Amino acid sequence: MCLYTYDGTFEGLLTVVFEAYERKAWPTAIEQENLAQPIMFGQTIAIATGEEKVSRVWKGLQKKLSVTALKALYHTFLWEQPGFEMLIFSYIKLAFDSSQSIEDNYAASCVLQVQQAAKQMFREKHRMEAFVRFQKTADGLYYATISPDFNVLPLIIQHFEKRYADQRWAIYDTQRRYGAYYDLHTVSLVNLDLPQNQRHGAMPVNAFAEEEDKYKQLWQVYFDNVNIPERKNPKLHLRHIPKRYWKYLSEKQPRGLQARISQ
Amino acid sequence: MDSRITEKLTILADAAKYDVSCSSSGAKRKNENKGLGNAEGMGICHSYTEDGRCVSLLKILLTNHCIFDCAYCVTRKSNDIKRAAFTVQEVVDLTINFYRRNYIEGLFLSSGIFKDADYTMERLVRVAKKLRQEHKFNGYIHLKTIPGASDELIKEAGLYADRLSVNIELPSETSLQQLAPEKNYKEILLPMGSIKDQLVLAKEEKQLFKSAPAFAPAGQSTQLIVGASSENDHQILQLSNQLYKEYSLKRVYYSGYVPISSDNRLPIITEPPIIRENRIYQADWLMRFYGFNVQEIVDEQNPHLDLDIDPKLGWALRNRHMFPVEINTADYEMILRVPGIGVKSAKKIVSARRFTPLNFDNLRQMGVVLKRAKYFITCQTRTMYRQDFDSQTLKRRILFGDGSVRSALLTQQLDLFKQVG
Repeated sequence: MCLYTYDGTFEGLLTVVFEAYERKAWPTAIEQENLAQPIMFGQTIAIATGEEKVSRVWKGLQKKLSVTALKALYHTFLWEQPGFEMLIFSYIKLAFDSSQSIEDNYAASCVLQVQQAAKQMFREKHRMEAFVRFQKTADGLYYATISPDFNVLPLIIQHFEKRYADQRWAIYDTQRRYGAYYDLHTVSLVNLDLPQNQRHGAMPVNAFAEEEDKYKQLWQVYFDNVNIPERKNPKLHLRHIPKRYWKYLSEKQPRGLQARISQ
Repeated sequence: MDSRITEKLTILADAAKYDVSCSSSGAKRKNENKGLGNAEGMGICHSYTEDGRCVSLLKILLTNHCIFDCAYCVTRKSNDIKRAAFTVQEVVDLTINFYRRNYIEGLFLSSGIFKDADYTMERLVRVAKKLRQEHKFNGYIHLKTIPGASDELIKEAGLYADRLSVNIELPSETSLQQLAPEKNYKEILLPMGSIKDQLVLAKEEKQLFKSAPAFAPAGQSTQLIVGASSENDHQILQLSNQLYKEYSLKRVYYSGYVPISSDNRLPIITEPPIIRENRIYQADWLMRFYGFNVQEIVDEQNPHLDLDIDPKLGWALRNRHMFPVEINTADYEMILRVPGIGVKSAKKIVSARRFTPLNFDNLRQMGVVLKRAKYFITCQTRTMYRQDFDSQTLKRRILFGDGSVRSALLTQQLDLFKQVG
């Protein structure tokens, strides 16, 4: 039994790979150091991330794998589902141990799983690019919150950076409690631990620009009026936007005007 | 909130919704001026309406005042409805503000015809020009070309828009004369032809000079209404085929006629022909991506697409002598013709069989759906069925056999046909 712990970064995980090869002691489990439970039998090895080791492993992988496969590996890291560290380790070990390319060998379960993880990541990324809704604050910042199934924030930054080059924007992941902020020049990642009662990331109503409500309502008006009731198809509607994404969508929120009138 | 703009948006979004085009891809317009927007990637659907259609663009009319009286159109002159008109600035503001909040990929602007074609077209162009030049907007713009507008205006429109479209409206000249007396094929095909020429010209110039201005980089499309006139599927598909070949259109959209009008020039129907529209789209895909000739899908003897089975299965049942297809040796083109096997699966099969001979289990693991395909293929000369079925039995097995799922909608519409017939 051999449990490796690391600092929770991708670099840290690559260092674990280096150390495992160095010691010829293959891990039975890899866990983040702050989440790891002490084990009864076997040894626990705490690994500190080392830049030199990271780059040696990465260079080795570059010789064995295509850019697409390297990306898929990183995306599996951001996928964060139980056992992803061991999955990445098995994939890397298989790649190092084989003389041929392993990328299309879907008979190996780790190759198939990495491909499936990458596919899930791509879908969630694309959904976030579509479903993020910015709200303009009083000081001209376009602000949005997300809580995606997987950690896709690092992957969607480039898309928004290219698209909104002339406006300041921020996207905050309420579940992982960090966000991306674009200041008209570069994007920076910001850790922001809000107090418990603000964890949902919502801003007070008066923090928004005056016109914000107007455009939100106009968008709702538009959404209601492009629908063709004669062609109603709820099943298809739900297949495209499953209910768990509705929380992002301003067009799926209660209608402001009607709500106010009925009060 | 400003209630006037709300009212305008209500009227002018409602009037534009019967235009089904929503594509926002193929523009390749990069944000290189540190401006707003980027349309280089794939299209994005930002939302979906309750009828299951994608919302990608702000799709509105500039005005629903119209001097024409087309029977199938809500905006027709004789229809007693509220009229409204946006100013150029209002459209620009809506587009920019919706875009900045990530509601949309861009603008799809069409219009009723007020005064005359050129006057209307000039306004549409002005909106696009303002967005591109004053707001450095790089999002997607789709402009409708007004039939009868001058060549110069169309040329200018193409400089700002990513896509241009002229709606052919009805599948034959006779129907057009009956239902849209002010329109004729000549006036519709003329701008279509001139857009095509401009596209070719711009492409040639681009090869010579990299800096040559782009002309509607996402090409042109059109739309025709299905079920408002008496043409059969054979006539409709032949027309689309001709449009794809002669005018190199990117897309022909089909809009199942929604009974919006009580005009006595129109047939009385209670529901839009959704299944028929879907079958026509499937046939359209067969022509564009599956190497089918229009004559193979429908002909004089079979002028209607089968409503209860897809056109590819229909073709296979009429051409049993072409099957079974041996997965391990057949050409890619032939594998593509097997019912139930799509482009992705066909490609996977052709590349995987280079490593190892494939069997049915391999196909399943690759994600090939065998529900229909299993009756038409062999793997290493093995079949999944020992006996031979005739085409009628086969159709019944696929429709009602194990694991057959028919959509509630299809069942419902087929029931309706039963009642009528």
